Amino acid sequence: MEKQTEKRITTPLTAEVSRELKCGEHVLISGIIYTGRDAAHKRLIELVERGEKLPIDVKDAIIYYVGPAPAKPGQVIGSAGPTTSYRMDAYAPTLLDMGLKGMIGKGKRSEEVVEAMKRNGAVYFGAIGGAGALLAKCIKKAEVVAYEDLGAEAIRRLTVENLPAVVIIDSQGKNLYEEGKAQYLAMLKEKETVE
Amino acid sequence: MKGAFIVKEIKAAEITKAIKELCIDANCRLTEDVKSAITACRKEEPFPIAEAVLEKLEENFQIAETDMVPVCQDTGLACVFLEIGQDVHIIGNLTEAVDEGVRQGYVEGRLRKSCVRDPLDRVNTGDNTPAVLYTEIVPGDKLKITVAPKGFGSENMSQIKMLKPSDGLEGVKSFILKVVEEAGPNPCPPMVVGVGIGGTFDKAALLAKKALLRPLNERSDNEFYAKLEEELLEKINRLGIGPQGFGGKTTALAVHIETLPTHIAGLPCAVNINCHVTRHRSVVL
Repeated sequence: MEKQTEKRITTPLTAEVSRELKCGEHVLISGIIYTGRDAAHKRLIELVERGEKLPIDVKDAIIYYVGPAPAKPGQVIGSAGPTTSYRMDAYAPTLLDMGLKGMIGKGKRSEEVVEAMKRNGAVYFGAIGGAGALLAKCIKKAEVVAYEDLGAEAIRRLTVENLPAVVIIDSQGKNLYEEGKAQYLAMLKEKETVE
Repeated sequence: MKGAFIVKEIKAAEITKAIKELCIDANCRLTEDVKSAITACRKEEPFPIAEAVLEKLEENFQIAETDMVPVCQDTGLACVFLEIGQDVHIIGNLTEAVDEGVRQGYVEGRLRKSCVRDPLDRVNTGDNTPAVLYTEIVPGDKLKITVAPKGFGSENMSQIKMLKPSDGLEGVKSFILKVVEEAGPNPCPPMVVGVGIGGTFDKAALLAKKALLRPLNERSDNEFYAKLEEELLEKINRLGIGPQGFGGKTTALAVHIETLPTHIAGLPCAVNINCHVTRHRSVVL
């Protein structure tokens, strides 16, 4: 996987745009995105099950799996890198079927999530895990829109500018974790054969 | 007083103050060994996307240090290790002093509160207490405090296995590699792999956690295990997982192994994974 130029995308993320994104592509995301992790997802799905309205519109939206650190005076938000995504796997297919087009996190996803992504033309982005101080600089505005009692886990509406991410799983189900590893191992093998 | 006997007195408030500072320092400033390990790996990384990720990690820890903000938003459960000299007398309630230090550090330092009061009802305690407290009585009249905030992206990828003696060295190696391979991109590689072999079920896990406290540039002081650490690091860095799991050489920064005597019937092996944000800060009172 080569270093490459970044593709700029702006929310809302329509299916037209998301279907064009390919596994391994570097993107810079701008616009409105929502935060949500374990506890917020649990509540959202409980609302869906009761047939009630969600506090955010997930259609063509991007959810960032993050529980930010508190802001210091003068800061918009504290450190805000991605959390591991598989814990949201039980909830993500429902949201994808409701129109969610993008998820930002880190780590593997289940087959059910990938199937729901393919079905709906959605994308799974990876932000650099553990780079919370760096990523927070791309967040220009943050406001809690639901579940304030959850603290770091509350749902926030973020205005982001050029948030760097990589397409890990695209709408065809192609996966950077598999492809990147295979490419590196092929490179290693080739190098060692030459030597 | 009959039979002069000197004990060193340490006030609980001194412990609170030290822990508060260590919580903030550990979360905002990576130690030199971790920073140089990341930089050294970046220089040796042959895979472009992996090199780019490592560069971002360097940029990130520099921003964190300059702005005194957490390197990672997961500022962890506050694991506190106390080595208490047997000639130390603590004035006040030790556990409360430790928790108060964590409370002040996490609230005043604007660190994330990630502790829930009950594993099933999951209500946040709001101040990251209680600490995960480990105490050990050692000779002397000093108190050594180490704060090692532990994030759960990596903690969740940790495993323990009660191997059979017949599984031997090969069983240990293949278990460690299996844990790393299964963790893959989830624990924010490049990771640090802490291994505890021997003891009992619980001691093996504690050893694995303590192994993560050792500076990354130090090998085991046992020659056999030092070689095993190097061999496993090389094998792990041939798995291809790479930084963030995007592919590459740098899957782990180090493997640390700690061991203890064990039962004739047993070979416990625990693997505690840490991310590249391997944090620990110590002070001696």
